[in-house]
Amino acid sequence: MSLKGKAYIMGAWEHPTRDAPDKTTAQLHFESARGALADAGLTFDDVDGYFCAGDAPGFGGMSMVDYMGLRNVRHLDSTETGGSSYILHVGHAVQAIAAGKCQVALITLAGRPRQGQGGRPGGGARPGQLSDGAPEAGFENIYGGSTHNTYGMCAMRHMHDYGTTSEQLAWIKVAASHHAQWNEHAFLKDVVTVEDVVNSRMIADPLHLLDCCVVTDGGGALIITSPEVARSLNRPRIKVIGSGEAPKGPGGGQGLDLTYSGAVWSGPRAFAEAGVTPADIKYASIYDSFTITVLMQIEDLGFCAKGQGGRFVADGNLISGVGKLPFNTDGGGLCNNHPTNRGGITKVIEAVRQLRGEAHPRVQVANCDLALAHGTGGSLGTRHGAATVILERE
Amino acid sequence: MSEAEAKPAGRVIPAPAVTVESQPFWDAAAEGRFLIKRCTACGKAHWYPRAFCPFCASDETVWEESPGEGEIYTFSIMRRSPTGPYVIGYVTLDEGLAVLTNFVDCDPDSLRIGQRVKVRFQPTDGGPPAPVFCPA
Repeated sequence: MSLKGKAYIMGAWEHPTRDAPDKTTAQLHFESARGALADAGLTFDDVDGYFCAGDAPGFGGMSMVDYMGLRNVRHLDSTETGGSSYILHVGHAVQAIAAGKCQVALITLAGRPRQGQGGRPGGGARPGQLSDGAPEAGFENIYGGSTHNTYGMCAMRHMHDYGTTSEQLAWIKVAASHHAQWNEHAFLKDVVTVEDVVNSRMIADPLHLLDCCVVTDGGGALIITSPEVARSLNRPRIKVIGSGEAPKGPGGGQGLDLTYSGAVWSGPRAFAEAGVTPADIKYASIYDSFTITVLMQIEDLGFCAKGQGGRFVADGNLISGVGKLPFNTDGGGLCNNHPTNRGGITKVIEAVRQLRGEAHPRVQVANCDLALAHGTGGSLGTRHGAATVILERE
Repeated sequence: MSEAEAKPAGRVIPAPAVTVESQPFWDAAAEGRFLIKRCTACGKAHWYPRAFCPFCASDETVWEESPGEGEIYTFSIMRRSPTGPYVIGYVTLDEGLAVLTNFVDCDPDSLRIGQRVKVRFQPTDGGPPAPVFCPA
């Protein structure tokens, strides 16, 4: 059964804060939900499906439903795939709505890593004590892996196998900065050059400071509704016409290849369901925790051949109005916002803005009727979840 | 000598989380032996060690001592560290397994993909010693 056109994104709201010392994370979830509901013209009592991930405090969805006063929830999903969770939730919401499990699905994200609360969950047991945590923990968590150096490992191997250069990666940051200059909320608004990126200090070889995304507090939310509810609302209808998800990990140690991501599976699934091809996409939100993240996913989604990503992103090809594939026109995680170290929801939000024609006029893609939002959460260097959605303006 | 090598090798490896599945690995590590798991049903080795085979789902897995030799698949030098730079990476063992580890006893800036490396064990913070790899 195809889920094409079975649900619509009718509300989308990005929290304007980038530094929130005076609010709780739960509060940011609430405010984001309220903003998205207001955008859709709906209320908390209209919500009957709730989606959240690991950033939700307390007992996940159960704590948040009670805290926010959601009284009519009949579908609860707290699937956790790191930063891509909320893109994956869009697909899950479509499934739930098509199955009649809910009519109005609320997805929220929020957190405050700038307040010293951005630590990763999990970890080893105390010395001498048997652990019952993640089975890989003892064999991986002890080596000082972080997002920086595990993505660095991917970039190092991609450069080795395909001749990708730091200058080519830098073009991704350059493109994001060209977009961020028009976003009044962007954490970094200054336009940067390839030289600025490659001359910034090395963080985890071969990734420089400016190859990395920003660290920001904040949040965002999305509202997905049934076609009936969508038609009752006075907002542009953004139809979810395809979705796909896929996990990828080290695979038992056999055949490790860090030069590709789970997008090689999630992308084709979404394109097949939508009945479109990468060449049809007018705008793409591509998860950008690091520049290498963008490059690998662009290849894996089929916007160019494997190994050609470096050439594809160079010379402004990702800049709206300049290149062939305008991406992350809000400035993305690289310049605008990466709330609580999870960039999935802002990827969908900017795609919705583009399809509504509500992006900043300097970055709005002309006749933008078909867009893609894609993300990977976790680590490309170890295990991650990939999620792709394809959206169409009705 | 590079700046990276000149700094003290200050990063202490935390105690590994030991589980009932992995206890034999860490007991052997304390004796300086490096074990991998192999499935006797399908013949494939796997990493990290599990009680079952992730390729054929058989329970017939056995511990096998490995020489712990292989080549660097990839690596990254972490420059942002209060105890000085350290290197994380994957080694591809001669048995074909990709193992996440630290590369030590080397000038990080001299490391190359494809370089031969060999296991040694390094003390951890209150736990069993952990396998790390150094140039062969």
